[in-house]
Amino acid sequence: MSSHESNYQPTTRFGKWLDERLPVNRLVYDQLVAFPTPRNLNYLWTFGGILALCLVVQLITGIVLAMHYQPSGEEAFNSLDHIRRNVNYGWLIQPMHAVGASMFFLAAYIHLFRGLYYGSYKAPREILWILGVFIILAMMATAFMGYSLPWGQMSFWAVTVITNLFSSLDSIIPGMGTAIVEWLWGGYSVSGTTLNRFFSLHYLLPFVIAGLVILHIWALHVVGQNNPAGLDIKSDSDWVPMYPYAVSKDVVGMFAFLLIFAWFMFFLPDYLGHADNFVEADPLVTPPHIVPEWYFLPFYAILRAIPSKLGGVIAMFSSILVLVFIPWLDTARVRSAKYRPIFKWFFWLFVITCIALGYLGALPAEEPYVTYARLFTAYYFAFFLIIMPIVGIIETPKKLPGSITEDVLGPGGGKGASAGAAAAPEKR
Amino acid sequence: MTKTLAKSLGLVAVVAIAGSLTLAPASFAAGGEQPHIEHQRWPFSGIFGQYDSAQLQRGFRVYKEVCSACHGLKRVAFRSLSEPGGPQFSEDSVKALAAEWPNQITDGPNDEGEMFDRAPRPSDPILGPYKNDKAARAAQNGALPPDLSLITRARNTHNDAWFPVHFYLMAKDVFTGYQEGGANYLYALLTGYHEPPEGFTVNEGMNYNAAFPGHQIAMPNVLDGGPVDYSDGQEGYNGPASSLEQNAKDVSAFLSWAADPTLNTRKQIGWQVMLYLLITTILLYAGKRRIWAKFH
Repeated sequence: MSSHESNYQPTTRFGKWLDERLPVNRLVYDQLVAFPTPRNLNYLWTFGGILALCLVVQLITGIVLAMHYQPSGEEAFNSLDHIRRNVNYGWLIQPMHAVGASMFFLAAYIHLFRGLYYGSYKAPREILWILGVFIILAMMATAFMGYSLPWGQMSFWAVTVITNLFSSLDSIIPGMGTAIVEWLWGGYSVSGTTLNRFFSLHYLLPFVIAGLVILHIWALHVVGQNNPAGLDIKSDSDWVPMYPYAVSKDVVGMFAFLLIFAWFMFFLPDYLGHADNFVEADPLVTPPHIVPEWYFLPFYAILRAIPSKLGGVIAMFSSILVLVFIPWLDTARVRSAKYRPIFKWFFWLFVITCIALGYLGALPAEEPYVTYARLFTAYYFAFFLIIMPIVGIIETPKKLPGSITEDVLGPGGGKGASAGAAAAPEKR
Repeated sequence: MTKTLAKSLGLVAVVAIAGSLTLAPASFAAGGEQPHIEHQRWPFSGIFGQYDSAQLQRGFRVYKEVCSACHGLKRVAFRSLSEPGGPQFSEDSVKALAAEWPNQITDGPNDEGEMFDRAPRPSDPILGPYKNDKAARAAQNGALPPDLSLITRARNTHNDAWFPVHFYLMAKDVFTGYQEGGANYLYALLTGYHEPPEGFTVNEGMNYNAAFPGHQIAMPNVLDGGPVDYSDGQEGYNGPASSLEQNAKDVSAFLSWAADPTLNTRKQIGWQVMLYLLITTILLYAGKRRIWAKFH
């Protein structure tokens, strides 16, 4: 799958026999051991591995929780309480899954902003980037359905609000939106039937994510990793083999990330959630403020910023889908924002915008917050649709280093160690 | 030329947005219609916090002598009152307590096909006086006394500070491991019965409460005067004196335990895990430095 030549040599007779029939060892060796990684990667590049870890944690804890959880309108809330109180280590597994979802999004957003800053979406990585956007979309769908499962007040009302968004389609074809909403609900209102199907889909979608992740990694291993300098690997001194170099760095990142994960899981398991979700779902009582989980807040702010319901829905979905087009919206000649003196400013302003939208998404939809949300929403879209194309044309990039090696060692470098030595660190 | 133009445009945008945010405080602060509730120090708050079983025992007394007249604890079993990390009553006293509990368990059907009431056993839940919500509303003038099993986790305080202060308070809670908003709210509610302010009309059968959203609550000031006397009139009692505040604090602590009975274990294991992760991270970093030594 890589453009790199395979130099795997089976050492045992069985290895040779297997290699001729199913070269799985060769695949692992070529892709996870000898795979060339740019030598200038920083710790932001460890988030790919961290995200793989997050997915595995969610899958394992989720499968265990499903063994004790009861997806019915009557028992869902009770069964979660039962898991926390009575199941062995249930008090650990349940917050691990709930906090894990937040951590998954935290890591995904850092990964996404890293790609945005260093131009990881630019040629030849367009498909790799688009697959990433699809993964984020699948994650959002999974998280949204997962949030319905505790069947607390916020679960119930979040499902009601978000599924009701589809009814805005009635303004295009009368009756269509309502029909879709009733089809999603499996009835005329959100009920245990809705919960039941959301549970089924919540169990299915992570495996769709896993499939997309495989494609994402495949695409990555075809085009190779981007790096902070945004340069391609040109000579042997530009890269190091994945094992032990990138791997030794990835595990540091993973364990440091697990420290944050564990902090929230053990000391603040309720902090990232909402207290209303410890009140059982009640269709007759509407909570005063219906707010989604923190990772959806910026999109919720965009939804509410648009005065028309259909417009809000379109803006919300567009705010993710616009990412699909940025490989072509960005007109810059260089990849990395490190060498883009103007774009850099707009990038950080975009980061502030996303945080501000998140803050506003948690506040009630009233003045002056709505006006602020509109301003930030305007900048959110302007960043992609106006700033990216224009700045790329008018900006003069700073001088790039001659190579990845020069990026690390400074100009005139390159006499340092080369991949030949790097491939066999034990012999140096 | 174009470069400087774009750069100054970018700067203008940054300044404009930063400016609009700094102008915001007055209006941001005006948005809060919810009452301000003080942070309390609890023995179980923060990263090192653990329940004080003596306090939980006192809190249980308040629950039993006052709250249980209307509120149940249907998700908490009697047996958990004797488990580690809780009030840690002796097993025998819990057995006796369950047997004497006024609210019976409906069991059955028996061999004749009839449902029957019986005294609770330690494995049974701590029930309130009402068989269902309708019976509760009928007895309480239409108001429903909620089950208290999860009440401290089902309530929280509202942080409506101006946004930089808001972020600072958030960060403070995250770094100190503080998530006791529910207990703070409960304490503020139980101690929040005051004379209504000038011009505030309290509806028939309702009571003014400073902490309750809307300030009108059906529950009366049940802890007025600190009805639960911990000393039982004994000579030489040196525990906390009973007062409204002390009763409120203890029962809030007890209900925090009822909602989150594994807090002690969670934080103890948490520190073992944190320590393991920290040491491993340092070792892995040292290993990484060694492996990369040649390339720096």
